[in-house]
Amino acid sequence: MADLNPISAWRGLLALPNESRTKTVAMAFIVSAVCAVLVTGATVILRPIQAANRAAEEQARIEALVAGIPGMADLLQQTGGTLTTVVVNLKDGRAATNVTPATLASALADAANWTSLPAGEDLAGLGQRPDYAQIYLLRDGDTVSLALLPISGAGYNGRIDAILALKGDMRTIAGMAVTRQSETPGLGGRIEEPAWLASFAGTRTTDDTGTVRFSVARGPAANEYQVDGITGATRTSNAMTRIIRFWLGPEGYGPLIDAIRRGEF
Amino acid sequence: MTAPSSLWSTLSEPLVRQNPVTLQILGICSALAVTTSLPTALTMAGSLTVVLVLSAAIISMIRRHIPDAIRLIVQIVIVASLVIVIDQVLQAYLFEISRKLSVFVSLITTNCLVLGRTESYARLNPPLPSMVDALGNGLGYSLVLVVIGTLRELFGSGTLMGAQVLPLASEGGWFTPMSLMLLAPSAFFLLGGLVWAIRTWRPEQAEVPEYTPPEAIGEPAE
Repeated sequence: MADLNPISAWRGLLALPNESRTKTVAMAFIVSAVCAVLVTGATVILRPIQAANRAAEEQARIEALVAGIPGMADLLQQTGGTLTTVVVNLKDGRAATNVTPATLASALADAANWTSLPAGEDLAGLGQRPDYAQIYLLRDGDTVSLALLPISGAGYNGRIDAILALKGDMRTIAGMAVTRQSETPGLGGRIEEPAWLASFAGTRTTDDTGTVRFSVARGPAANEYQVDGITGATRTSNAMTRIIRFWLGPEGYGPLIDAIRRGEF
Repeated sequence: MTAPSSLWSTLSEPLVRQNPVTLQILGICSALAVTTSLPTALTMAGSLTVVLVLSAAIISMIRRHIPDAIRLIVQIVIVASLVIVIDQVLQAYLFEISRKLSVFVSLITTNCLVLGRTESYARLNPPLPSMVDALGNGLGYSLVLVVIGTLRELFGSGTLMGAQVLPLASEGGWFTPMSLMLLAPSAFFLLGGLVWAIRTWRPEQAEVPEYTPPEAIGEPAE
């Protein structure tokens, strides 16, 4: 008959020989349960702090990006120093009507709001692309004077996240910030260095016909559509070229860029 | 067994004489990967030491009740849970450094050093000596990481703990950083040099050659 007194049952369990099947199963279960509680507890308790860290870092990078663009500090003061946050629908390049920055995370949790990319168009190695993206716009009167566009894609060692700042003409890069990367330290990892990111400012992305011409050069930049390559990091440099071309192209922010150029924002 | 002198030797033995990295060549993957700068090396060393001591304590406490058939799985589950907790704590309170360490903190789980100590020592000894042994091994690992991390950061980027020590040529000084120091091969060279130096200093650590070719006698065969 089963022993119903928990204390004596516990003693009985401990007294069993280690090799007995009951004790093996019971030990496996107890250890797993205790470890599960430990891990879950740590994750749940620490998650708000981690989320705050990530948000603060993203914010700091956006501020640093805006502050690093020549003439931007003056412009910010004129307009009251605030960027407007807009969620755009990437398919038609318009402001999303039913998704706000607050509900973006839950909208993106729904697989229906993602578009899978065919291999030929998936330059950035993403596999699938969200239909909604949160961008930041700076307005000068009625016209957009600066657009901050978050971009991402597969690098050499892992995902690269960055923010690309385009000037009001939508054909000139105003600045660039890498917010997340795991490239080889000292080589591809140098995409985070301010000196390299500064070389993006003033680079043109598309020619007059609207074709995307931007690339990271092999070696020094040869024309106004290129930035210097990073020595010893060809794979990472090529990944940056593909990521930026993808996001400026028709599957990325292309429709949005056209809409801003037509003055629809 | 628990006399202070024997505890002291349990703690100090793994520092140099029985160093887990340079003598037993355990746990070198992480030792090579995280030593590009001193702060990451220190964080990694601290994390590994904490995981090692806590897992030794827990496993030593339940050592009489671990069924032999599943003992490795029980140990790995405990180590892995501690590693996840440490990783979460780092992400919450040392965010910048945890990003640089990326996956290597999670890989402490598979670090041979941790399982080696729990399997060979903590499983058979009471909690206090087990924890002292784990601390000694953790400090031995830390020592190697700090030495290699210092050399790599100093010669690879001319800094220590992020502060410029050697003036860079690109900023008007004389020092040109050796980029090789930031790549994995340099860690192999440094670790190899360190092992060589220690075994020259303490010849008893050198391994006996497994095979000695017989002396050639007379004419070599055609």
